[in-house]
Amino acid sequence: MPETETLQEAKRVMQICNACRYCEGYCAVFPAMNKRLTFSDGDVTYLANLCHGCQGCYYACQYAPPHEFAVNVPKAFAELRAETYRDYAWPGIFKGLFEGNGKWVALITLVLTIAVTAGVFMVQGADVVAGVHTGTGAFYKVIPHDVIVYLASAPFLFAGLAFIVGLVTFWRDIGGKPGELLHPGALAQALKDAGQMKYMSGGGHGCNYPNDNFSMGRRHAHQMTMWGFLLCFAATSVATLYHYAFGWEAPYDYFSIPVILGTLGGIGIVIGPIGLLMIKKKADPAPQDTKRTGMDVAFLWLLMLTGITGLALLALRETAAMGTLLAVHLGIVLGMFVTFPYGKMVHAVYRLGALIKFAHERRS
Amino acid sequence: MPPEEFTRPHDVLVLGAGNAAMSAALTARARGASVLMIESANRDIRGGNSRHVRNIRYSHNAATDFVTGRYDADEYFKDLMRVTDGNTNEDLMRFMIDASEDCVDWMLAQGIKFQPPLSGTLGLARTNAFFLGGGKAMMNSYFKAAEKAGIDIVYEAEVESIEMDGSRFQAAMVRHDGELHRVEARTVVLASGGFEANIDWLKEGWGDIAENFLVRGSPMNTGKVLRSMLDNGAKPIGAPDQCHAVAIDGRAPKFDGGISTRIDCVIFSVVVNKNGERFYDEGEDIWPKRYAIWGRLVAKQPDQVAYAVIDSKSMGLFMPTVYEPFQSDTLAGLAEQLGVDAATMEKTIQDFNAAVQPGDFNATEPDGCHTEGVEPKKSNWARKIDTPPYYGYPVRMGITFTYLGLEVNRRAQVFMNDGKPAENIWAAGEIMAGNILGQGYAGGTGMAIGNVFGRIAGEEAARHARN
Ligand SMILES: Cc1cc2nc3c(=O)[nH]c(=O)nc-3n(C[C@H](O)[C@H](O)[C@H](O)COP(=O)(O)OP(=O)(O)OC[C@H]3O[C@@H](n4cnc5c(N)ncnc54)[C@H](O)[C@@H]3O)c2cc1C
Ligand code: HEM
Ligand code: SF4
Ligand code: SF4
Repeated sequence: MPETETLQEAKRVMQICNACRYCEGYCAVFPAMNKRLTFSDGDVTYLANLCHGCQGCYYACQYAPPHEFAVNVPKAFAELRAETYRDYAWPGIFKGLFEGNGKWVALITLVLTIAVTAGVFMVQGADVVAGVHTGTGAFYKVIPHDVIVYLASAPFLFAGLAFIVGLVTFWRDIGGKPGELLHPGALAQALKDAGQMKYMSGGGHGCNYPNDNFSMGRRHAHQMTMWGFLLCFAATSVATLYHYAFGWEAPYDYFSIPVILGTLGGIGIVIGPIGLLMIKKKADPAPQDTKRTGMDVAFLWLLMLTGITGLALLALRETAAMGTLLAVHLGIVLGMFVTFPYGKMVHAVYRLGALIKFAHERRS
Repeated sequence: MPPEEFTRPHDVLVLGAGNAAMSAALTARARGASVLMIESANRDIRGGNSRHVRNIRYSHNAATDFVTGRYDADEYFKDLMRVTDGNTNEDLMRFMIDASEDCVDWMLAQGIKFQPPLSGTLGLARTNAFFLGGGKAMMNSYFKAAEKAGIDIVYEAEVESIEMDGSRFQAAMVRHDGELHRVEARTVVLASGGFEANIDWLKEGWGDIAENFLVRGSPMNTGKVLRSMLDNGAKPIGAPDQCHAVAIDGRAPKFDGGISTRIDCVIFSVVVNKNGERFYDEGEDIWPKRYAIWGRLVAKQPDQVAYAVIDSKSMGLFMPTVYEPFQSDTLAGLAEQLGVDAATMEKTIQDFNAAVQPGDFNATEPDGCHTEGVEPKKSNWARKIDTPPYYGYPVRMGITFTYLGLEVNRRAQVFMNDGKPAENIWAAGEIMAGNILGQGYAGGTGMAIGNVFGRIAGEEAARHARN
C-alpha cells in the first residue's frame, strides 16, 4: 500500500484523538486507538473498518471544522474504507469497478437482468414463459433447476473466494496473525458484536442523524437489512436442502420453512434499505464520504429490488406473470452475486475482520 | 434592525450559553418564566469553556453507572479545602458540595449523556462522572433541550455593558450584526464566564508577558460583563492577577486548543529555557498540582517558553501528544531544531547526567530517583538523557480560567460594594467560582459550581420575575 493522502489524514486525525480521548465511550475505535502510541498504515486501516460511522464523535468534537485541527473522524475513516474496498479487491484487475461503483453495479445488474430475461424468452418461447404453471416443479418449467443452480452458484462461490482472499490479505496487513483469524472465542465475540450491531449504538443512545440527534433508527434499519439478507440466505439454504436431501421440489407451501424465512427476509431487505435510504437523504453530508454515495445507493437498490421481485414472485407465482418475474428476479440476484466482491457488500467482510481483531485486542 | 427576540419582553435574561447559563435558563423556563439567552459565539463554538470539559465532580454515596464508588460530601469538602488551602467561603463550599449530589440526575433529565467509567478516565473514575463525548456533546444536548423548552437564543450577540439603576438591573447593551441594542428584561443571570481570553486584562496582572499566553478555551470569554458589573459597583472576589494555567505545547493555537495540547512528560524530562538552562525541579512530587505550576514557571522564563527534553527511554510513558515532538539523534541537533542555544543545552544535560544517582525507576509514582550536585536538583524520575533519538517539546503557559469574580450568597445573588445584594441580578459559573475556589483547582469542580448556582439563579430569577 503506498502512503496515500487518505491514510495520512486518518493518521493525523488519530494522533489528535489519541491526545484527547473524549470520545472513548462511543464505540470500539477509541479503546483500540488508546492501545497505540503511533499509527501505521495497517493500524488506521483497521480502525477505519472498525468505525461504524455513527457520527457521534463528529458532533461531539471540539476540534471539528472550522477549528484549525479540522478533525472529522467519520469522514476520514469512510474515505479510507473506500480505499480498503478498492485495494483488497480480488482479482486486482477489477479494482477499477470501485471508481463510479454505483454506475457499474447498476449497469452489470441491468445487463444481466435483460440477458437472463431475453434468454429465457428466446429459449423457452413466450408461450411457456407467459403461461400459468402450478404445482411441483412449476418454476423449473420456465427455467430448468440445473440452470438456476449453475447460474447462481458460480458467481456466488466466486464471490466467496474473492471475499476470503480479500479478508486474508486485509488481516495480514492490519497486523493479524494467520492463526488468529478463526480463533473461536474471538470469532464468536465478533459475530455477536456484528449480530447486535453493537457499535451503531453510540454508547447506548444510537447514531447521530440527521444532525447531533441520537437515534437507534439507523441501527434498526441496518438490522432489518442484514438479518433480512441472512434470512433470505437461510431460506435458500433450506430450500437447497429440501431439494437435494429430501427431493422436495419448489414451489413450497406458503407456511413452509423456506417460504416463511424468505418472506420475512424479503420484507427485511425491502424495508431496511428504504429506512437507510431515507436516513441517507436527510443526513448531514459533512461527516460522510459523499463520493461513495453511489456505491451505497446501488447496493441498497439491489437489495430492495431483490426483495421486491422475490416477494412479487411469491405473490404472483400462480399467475401468468410468474415466468417473467422469475427471470427478472434471477437476473437481479445474479447482478447482486456478480457484484458482491466489487461493491458495498465487501464492507461486511472487512468489518468482520476488524471486529475479530478488536475481540483479540480486548482480551489482551 | 434588532433581532425580534430583543424587543419582546422576557422575564429572565441569561448572559452566556455555557453550562452555568444553561442550568439557569432551563430551570427558569421550567418554572414558567420566559427566557432569552445572549451568546456571543456562533453556533460552531457556542458554549464557552464548557464545550471543552470532560467531567463533573459531584458528591455521591455509592457507585452508579457512571462512577466506580462512593465519594461523599465530606471527602469532596476535604479535597477542596486542600486544593484551595482554605482560601474559600467555607459555607458556600459546603453548600455547593451538598447540592452537587443531584447534578448528574438533573443533567440526565435534560438529555445529557454520560459514559460508563472506562480505562482512560485519568484516575477520576470514582469521583467524577464523564460526559459521553465530552463537553461539546454535553452542550449540544443542552441546546437541544433549550430549543425544545422554547427558550430564545440569540447567537453572535455580545454583551458590551450592563445598565443599572442603583442596585437594579435595567438592560444589557448588546452588539449584534455590528449594531448596539438595548435589551431589557425583568431579571438577569450573569453566566458569561471569566476573562481568560482578554489578553489586555491579563496584562494588567501579568505585564507584557501575557502577550505570549495561550488560551485553552473559548476566545469569547473576554469578561465584558464582569468588568461592567465591577464598574457598576458590584463587589469583587478572588485574586485579580491570578489564573489557573498549565503547561501546554508551545505550538498550540492561540485559543480553543482545549485538552489535547497539554504536555504530560515534564516529570520524565529535563526542562530548559531558550538559553539552554534548567530552572526548576522537574521531579518535584506535587501531583496533581504539578501541571498547574509548570504553566507559571514557564511564563517566567525568557520569551515565556521552555523545552522539555527526553530520550527514547521515556517515549510511551506518558499520554501521546497532539503534535509530534522534535526529534534528533544528537542533543545538538535537537537544540538547533528547538531554537535553543546548543552548547549550553548540551552542557546542561551533561551536568545533569553526571548528577543522576542510581535508583529503581518507577514511572507511576515518585520513585526517589534523584540528582546530586546540580542546581536545581531533580528529586524524582531522574534518569540520564543518553539514549537517542532525543525528543523535545516546546512548552508555553496555557491559561484555563481566571479567579476574579463577583461575590454571591447561597441564593446566587450578586453583592454590591455596600454589602447588600443587588435586586434582580444573579450570577453562576466561572464568573462567581472565586467564591469557592479562591485558589487551586480540583478537576470537575467548575461544572459542579456552574450547575448548582446556575439552577439556583434560574429558580430565584424566575420567582422574582413572576412575582
Ligand atoms: C480545556 C479545558 C478543560 C476543562 N475541563 C473541565 C472539566 O473536565 N470539568 C470541569 O468541571 N471543568 C473543566 N474546565 C473548566 C470549565 O470549563 C469551566 O469551569 C466552566 O466551563 C465554566 O462554565 P461557565 O458556564 O461559567 O462559563 P463558559 O462555559 O465559559 O460559558 C461562558 C459563556 O458566555 C459567553 N460569553 C462570554 N462573554 C460574553 C459576552 N460579553 N456576551 C455574551 N456572551 C458572552 C460565552 O460565549 C459562553 O457561552 C475546563 C476548562 C478548559 C479550558
Ligand atoms: C459483519 C457484518 C456487518 C457489519 C459489521 C456491518 C456494518 C455496517 C456498517 C457499520 C454500515 C454503515 C457504514 C457503511 O456504510 O459502511 C453498514 C452499511 C450497510 N450495510 Fe452492513 N454490516 C454487516 C453486514 C451486512 C449485511 C450482511 C448486509 C446485507 C446484505 C448489510 C447491508 C448494509 C447496507 C445496505 C449498508 C448501506 C447503508 C447505507 O449506506 O445507508 N450489511 N454496514
Ligand atoms: S473526535 Fe474530537 S473530541 Fe472525539 S476524541 Fe477525537 S479529537 Fe477528541
Ligand atoms: S463515527 Fe461513531 S463509530 Fe465511527 S469512530 Fe466515531 S464514534 Fe466511533
